[in-house]
Amino acid sequence: MKTVGKLFRTTAFKLSLAYFVLFSVGAWVVLASVGQRVEQVLDEETAQTINAEIARLTELYGEGGLRQLVTSIERRARAPGGSIFLVTTYAGEYIAGNIIASPMIGAEEGALDETIYRRRGEAADIHHHALAKLVILPGEFRLLVGHDIEDHRVLRRILRQGLGASLFWLALVGTLGGLFVANRMLERVDAMSASARRIMAGDLDQRLETTGAGDELDRLAENLNAMLARIGELMTGLSEVSDNIAHDLKTPLTRLRNRAEEAARANSGPEETSAALSAIIAESDALIRVFDALLTIARAEAGYSSDNLNEVDAGKIAADIAELYEPVAEQQGALLRSELEEGLMVRGNRELLGRMLANLVDNALKYGVGGDKPSILVSARRVGGSIEICVADRGPGVPLQDRERVIDRFVRLENSRSRPGSGLGLSLAAAVARLHHGSLRLEDNAPGLRVVVSLPSAGSSRG
Amino acid sequence: MRLLIIEDDREAGNYLVKAFREQGHLAELAADGLAGYALARESQYDVLIVDRMLPKLDGLSLIAGLREQKIDTPVLILSALGQVDDRVKGLRAGGDDYLAKPYAFSELLARVEALARRRSGPRGEDTVYRVGDLQLDRLTREVKIGGEEVVLQPREFRLLEYLMKNAGQVVTRTMLLENVWDYHFDPQTNVIDVHISRLRSKIDKGRATPLLHTIRGAGYMIRENGR
Repeated sequence: MKTVGKLFRTTAFKLSLAYFVLFSVGAWVVLASVGQRVEQVLDEETAQTINAEIARLTELYGEGGLRQLVTSIERRARAPGGSIFLVTTYAGEYIAGNIIASPMIGAEEGALDETIYRRRGEAADIHHHALAKLVILPGEFRLLVGHDIEDHRVLRRILRQGLGASLFWLALVGTLGGLFVANRMLERVDAMSASARRIMAGDLDQRLETTGAGDELDRLAENLNAMLARIGELMTGLSEVSDNIAHDLKTPLTRLRNRAEEAARANSGPEETSAALSAIIAESDALIRVFDALLTIARAEAGYSSDNLNEVDAGKIAADIAELYEPVAEQQGALLRSELEEGLMVRGNRELLGRMLANLVDNALKYGVGGDKPSILVSARRVGGSIEICVADRGPGVPLQDRERVIDRFVRLENSRSRPGSGLGLSLAAAVARLHHGSLRLEDNAPGLRVVVSLPSAGSSRG
Repeated sequence: MRLLIIEDDREAGNYLVKAFREQGHLAELAADGLAGYALARESQYDVLIVDRMLPKLDGLSLIAGLREQKIDTPVLILSALGQVDDRVKGLRAGGDDYLAKPYAFSELLARVEALARRRSGPRGEDTVYRVGDLQLDRLTREVKIGGEEVVLQPREFRLLEYLMKNAGQVVTRTMLLENVWDYHFDPQTNVIDVHISRLRSKIDKGRATPLLHTIRGAGYMIRENGR
């Protein structure tokens, strides 16, 4: 009972109901106007016939008097059809005709009107309807000529019945059809709701069904599925991150704790204590950096509001960072060069882009300056509708199979484990690139690694 | 220097008061936004240190309120929110500097001193800075040691300009990155140190006592010998 109630409350059913009412009114208007028109045409025709008969009979009466009139009427009365005739004296006494009485006969001469009449030989309580006209002939005779309109009434009844029947069928088909459509919709929506409930209950791999019909419900389901997929990705990312955080933050925290114990130990001298405290500060600074990087990544992935993005020159930022790191590279015996095009405008956040590039250059200096002629190239150029910023080194590079993985948070390849770093540099750079609707990829610099950040061009300068 | 610290965390607040007093400054503490606002309106301070998240009246509203009252005491915002857009919001609200928690006290001290000086000293208006025999002309962009011109790269010039503007005061690495390069991230490696050592090789070459000093655990300072 409850489900039936639900069916009646569906939008589809309500729509069917509305259509039914609309069509009923329409059918009624059409049939009523057709009926009225037909009746009007018939009435006009009848009126014409009656007027012609009256004219003819009046003429005959003028020619041959009452006798001629009576003969003529009796002849006409024998002919089949709905015509009625009656001739009476002025007082209303029957002289001739195929009917015996009508209330109109005693009235004043007048226009064509509807009246009732009684046929000869019929009981007094039976009467028929007719359209008739009364004329008073010279010599004070009354002549009534009319036409039975029983068939008009039949027509009207037929139309009325037709209307009733069609309304009945309309109602039946409309209701059943509405229920059918409503039921189908309800089934699909119920299925979607059920899936949604299962997803809410925790089964995040569940997806909404699509029928493949490509209709609006399918489109809705597809979009919701895409949304679920994105949420799933974020959830997976989050749980991976918390695992990694647990691992990569607990290690330095343990070291921190050990140092603190060392400093607190009663038998250590003031110098040892001071050294341990310095180490503690250094350790906590490193932890703060990791936190900062994580927060920046999280914030970048959640997306910045667009009022923090404005048009900035990517080439200029690359120049700044190259200039900032050039002395460090030189100190490490590496050559840091830059090849930068001008007017590379992107819609972005200068601070984050700078931080991203600093991370990439810092990585290159950490891992890419082995070999005998270490060099780092920072370049920025326009490639189609994008701006590509590259940081390339001549170091050992990253093996093909690790290139995707190394962008993930905290992933550090085996040979880099021993060096300082959080394993967040590339993740941060990738998050910043994504925030700018761009991407980050690793390429083989043969030899070495080339990190390419591709950002959509703001396209305002130099076409 | 007279400071007002508006910080709701008792322990952190008391630590700051104690640390500033050890440095010879007068520091007062307000434990919530409204109390801090009242104090900042009533008395004269050189710098306000405002925590961003405060009970009763949050830090940014407090600063905006003070600015509306035409109280232009320099404000340094302390905040656990250290992201780029948080910083921008803080400065937009009327803050003069922004430091993310956790921070090194030496960093906070250097920044607070720089803010106080910015207010009192007309140093920013000078066109020629002098430290010992080192002279920097901001208009002609010439640097001379004892009358002899030294050629500096544009960035080296700006680095020296900032150091000399704050002569006798500690400037931290992040302050240098912010004011000379206009980036606000934490330079993880020793990038700034290397720039400083390049500059040092140009201005302290052959000097018995250098002008440019490294302050351990804090940053750098340029000052005349014996001062």
